[in-house]
Amino acid sequence: MSIETSTSAVPAAERLPKKQGKLSLLWQDVKRNRVSYLFLAPFLILFTLFTIIPVVTSIVLSFTYYNILESPRFIGLSNYRLLFVDDDIFLKAIGITLKFAFITGPVGYAMAFMLAWLISQIPQKYRFFYTLCYYTPSITSATAMSVVWLYLFAGDRKGLLNYFAMQLGVIDEPYLFLQNINSIVPVIVIVSLWMSMGVGFLAFLAGLQNVPKDLYEAGGIDGIKYRWQQLFYITIPSVRPQLLFGAVLQVVSSLTVFDVSVQLVGLPSPLYAGHTILTHLFDYAFIKFEMGYAAAIAVVLFCMMIGLNRLIFRWLGKD
Amino acid sequence: MTGAVKGRRIDWSGIFLYLFLTLFGLLMLAPLVYMISTAFKPTSELFLFPPRFFVNNPTLVNFRDLLLITGTTSVPFSRFIFNSMLVSVCIVGFGILISAMAAYPLAKHKMPFRDGIFNLIVLAIMFSPMVVQIPQYLLISKIGLVNTYWAMILPYLAAPVGMFLMTQFLRQIPDALLEAARIDGANEWKVFWVVIMPMLKPAIATFALFSFISAWNDPYPAMVYTTDQDMKSLPLAIQTISGGYGVVARVGTLAAASLLMIIPTIIVFIVTQRMVLQTMAHSGLKE
Repeated sequence: MSIETSTSAVPAAERLPKKQGKLSLLWQDVKRNRVSYLFLAPFLILFTLFTIIPVVTSIVLSFTYYNILESPRFIGLSNYRLLFVDDDIFLKAIGITLKFAFITGPVGYAMAFMLAWLISQIPQKYRFFYTLCYYTPSITSATAMSVVWLYLFAGDRKGLLNYFAMQLGVIDEPYLFLQNINSIVPVIVIVSLWMSMGVGFLAFLAGLQNVPKDLYEAGGIDGIKYRWQQLFYITIPSVRPQLLFGAVLQVVSSLTVFDVSVQLVGLPSPLYAGHTILTHLFDYAFIKFEMGYAAAIAVVLFCMMIGLNRLIFRWLGKD
Repeated sequence: MTGAVKGRRIDWSGIFLYLFLTLFGLLMLAPLVYMISTAFKPTSELFLFPPRFFVNNPTLVNFRDLLLITGTTSVPFSRFIFNSMLVSVCIVGFGILISAMAAYPLAKHKMPFRDGIFNLIVLAIMFSPMVVQIPQYLLISKIGLVNTYWAMILPYLAAPVGMFLMTQFLRQIPDALLEAARIDGANEWKVFWVVIMPMLKPAIATFALFSFISAWNDPYPAMVYTTDQDMKSLPLAIQTISGGYGVVARVGTLAAASLLMIIPTIIVFIVTQRMVLQTMAHSGLKE
């Protein structure tokens, strides 16, 4: 890296013993760039305080018993053993989270890309209207929208969905969408998909608008005729960096379902049918105040996200 | 863009494209339209059977009720709006400043640890800040910031996604401009304000959009870091009006509050959208 380049650039320092020389050279380099570090300082200090240190602290706390009142007590791997062997609700939460993530993740991602691609096919001046249609749901808050969902999925015959279904004769009795354990996950999935055209969607849209036009002309000469051929041979390879960025954000958002679940089915949900890893974490951290145990849950979730994203990087990131 | 593919004849695929985009778009907007129409419904229309989608006799009575009711305590609703506005504006304003300042050297200076720091930020995009809530909470309560606005602002200032977008955007700005300013005798601080900040405008708009939306919509800071009623934020106040999850009470007032909450985010998007798309073109990740 830059250490290497500076060693070759400043031969005068080579007289010093090798190890010390490298360190002092690095120090000189750092001092020469002190203005750069001053610019970075405010961000880095806050980033360290509120992101780096908390990650480390979480890992340390996960090996302790800590209830805020007494100081943390080291208990080794007990939290993890408890989580994976005895805590049935946690295992259930992992199942629900994964089920949820494997549906909304790919579906939301594909939907965002397809819609962005379709929008990029129409003339510039009409694009804004459609972008607004699809993007707006993602900037609404789950809290604000709960008034609509609770009414749409309401369990009595006044609920919009029940009313229509009964009118059409699909069902005779009102269905308890938000109480029945079979429909809780599908309802959360639908609402999350509705909200999923977010930052990733905008990244796709921007990427697609900036694919160089001459690529398509060159493709035309090489015999690419149909739109789907253009899509697979020209468009997708050109926007791969955006696809990767979108995928990373999609993994994070589909593993952190919390808002929608709590707003629609509550905490705890009926028979824990809408219980996710994050609601479990919140339950232990800020309702039961078992911080050590909650930290272990956070570490598990953290590892899942980083692991899955490393996989995606390996898959989409190579050139 | 690929309109060149179309011929003179009737373009059926084009018609289908518009038809699909429009129908699906209306479907996506339907819940929002329903909320807007509920916000203007008088009480007589709220609990009709059969349920009605659109409002017949629009009224502003729900908005008046909203400003008059004070929830379960004596805190007026306007206080929650003020709290949310203050916190969001601070997060956006300070966030832009510190992220732009950090993005400049990361994109344009060559110094030791630069790549390391950048990789750390990319790593931070890969997990949700929610997993570090516990230590953040412990830190905030240890330094005695509970029930202050700082508790709701400080943890959210160093946002990795926005910072990443700024750095990526800045990288494609030609160095020649910076060199020209330096030859004219400007120091780095001056280069930053005179050259970098004006050129960063699209990225700043993008940062403002994303950070405003997440700050404005997030109920946790107020839920976790405050106990005083008059420190609570808008999303939390809306939960209070609704009377907890699953309760369908005061629908009209609730819809009015929800509408008030969604309007600012839509306005911010409409204002920034063109610049956002410019910035997002540089959002790509590579290994």
